[in-house]
Amino acid sequence: MPNDTDTLHAIAKIVEEVTGVGSAEVTAEKSFTDDLDIDSLLMVEITVAVEDRFEVRIPDDRVAELRTVGDVVSYIAEHQ
Amino acid sequence: MVTGYGAVTPLGHSVDETWTAMLAGRSGIDTVDAIDVTGLGVRIGGQVRGFAPGRYMPPTVSRRADPYAQYALAAALEACEHAGLVVDDRLAPRVAVIIGSGYGPVGSIYRAANTLRDKGPRGIGPFTQVTTAMDSAAGEISMRLGTQGPSRAQSTACASGADAVGAGMRMIGNGEADIVLAGGADACVTAVDLAGSGNARALSRRNDDPAAACRPFDAHRDGFVMSEGAAVVVLEAAEVADRRGAAPLAELTGYGASSDAHHWTAPHPEGRGACLAVEAALRDAGISGADVDYVNAHGTGTLLNDAVEAAVLRKVLGDRVTRIPVSSTKSMTGHMIGAAGAVELVASIQALRTGDVPPTINCDEPIAPDINFVPHRAQHHERMRIALSNSFGFGGHNAALVVRAV
Repeated sequence: MPNDTDTLHAIAKIVEEVTGVGSAEVTAEKSFTDDLDIDSLLMVEITVAVEDRFEVRIPDDRVAELRTVGDVVSYIAEHQ
Repeated sequence: MVTGYGAVTPLGHSVDETWTAMLAGRSGIDTVDAIDVTGLGVRIGGQVRGFAPGRYMPPTVSRRADPYAQYALAAALEACEHAGLVVDDRLAPRVAVIIGSGYGPVGSIYRAANTLRDKGPRGIGPFTQVTTAMDSAAGEISMRLGTQGPSRAQSTACASGADAVGAGMRMIGNGEADIVLAGGADACVTAVDLAGSGNARALSRRNDDPAAACRPFDAHRDGFVMSEGAAVVVLEAAEVADRRGAAPLAELTGYGASSDAHHWTAPHPEGRGACLAVEAALRDAGISGADVDYVNAHGTGTLLNDAVEAAVLRKVLGDRVTRIPVSSTKSMTGHMIGAAGAVELVASIQALRTGDVPPTINCDEPIAPDINFVPHRAQHHERMRIALSNSFGFGGHNAALVVRAV
C-alpha cells in the first residue's frame, strides 16, 4: 500500500505529463482549476491516467468534487 | 502580395534549410524508420526528421496536436516572423487562416481507433474529437496567433496546398480578409497510407535506393514517394502590406482549378482537367503561356502524371516550354501531398527572387529531350519574371498558381 507522499508524487508526474506544469508545483493544497489552470478537458485526461495508474474508478459525478490535488490523494487512499 | 513564408519539409525545418538543400540537389527521401514497416511493399518516404515541437509550442499543444498540425503551426510561426506580422487586436478580425491537407491528422485517427479497440471508450482523450479533424491545423494556428477572421481547411488531395493559397487569394480579392495565412500540411507517412497508395501502384518500390526513388520526367520512374511537411505563406492586400511597411516577396497573380471527372487515381489521358486549371490560372493572371519563365511542375514521378503533364505544358505553353526551365522539386522532397503545392509555391518564389532554379534530380533520361527539366544540378537564369506552379491530385483535382517577381 503506497503512502500519500508516493501517491502525490505519482499524481504530480501525471499532471506534468498531461499539462506541462512542472511536477514540483503540484502540491496537495493546489486547486486544479484556480492554481494549476487545468480545464475540464485536461481534467478528464488526468482522471483517466489516475484511474489507470492506481486501478481505481472515479465516476464522472465525483470528478467535480475533486477540487485540489490533495482531494485526489484522499480519494485514492479511500478507494484503492 | 506574398510577404512571408515558412516551411517544414524532409529537407529542413525552415525555408532557408529547405531551399539550400534544393539548390544542392539533396534528397530528403530515406528508409522509413518512424513507423514499423514490416510487411509493407513500400518502405521509403520523406520524413521530417529531428522536429522538436517544444521549439514552437507548449507541451499542452504538442501533446494533443497531430504532427500535420504541428508542422503547419511551425511553418505559420516562421511565415509570420518572416513577414514581421504581429496579429494585434486591430488586425485580428481581418486575418484569416486556410490550411490545405490531403489526409489531415491520419496518424491520430489510426491511433484513436487502436486505443478504442485496446482500452475501450474511456481511453479516448477528450481532445480526440477535435485533433482528429481536418480543421485542427487551422484551429491551432488561429488560437495561437489570435486571428479572428475565417479559419478553415481545404481538402483536394495533392492540390490542397495550392487550392488553399488560391482560396486565400480570392478571400483577399473579395474583401473577406486583409491578410491570409494560407498553405498546406500533411503527415501521412503511415503504414496505412504506404499500404494504400502502394496497393494503388502509385508509389515507387525502389526500396534499396531511396535517394534515387523519385525520378520525375525520367524514363525509369516507377511512382511517387510519400512524404510529409508543411508550408504557409502570408498573403496580404498590397495596400495593407504597404501600410505595415512589409516588403513583398512576390505577387500572386493567378489561380485556376478544375476537375478531371475521369478516375480516382489516374489523370485524364489527354490532361484535359490539368489544361483547364493551367489555362484558368494564366487567364486569371492576364498573361499567356508565352509569358511564363519557370514551371515548378507537379512532377510526381509516376508513369502517368509526368507523361500527361509534359503534354499539357506543351499544349498550353506552346514552343515556350522548350525555352524555359521546368523542374520538379518533388525529386528531392518526395510528395508532401497537401503541403506540396504550398512548398512548391515557396520554391517558385525563391527561384524568381534569386534566379536560381532548383533541379530535378534523378532525371537521367528525360522523357522529352527538348524540354529543360533542369536535370541533376540547379541552374541560374536571368530575368525570370513569372513562374507557374502546378498541382494535380488524386480524385482529379487540379490547381495552378501564377506568381510574379516584384
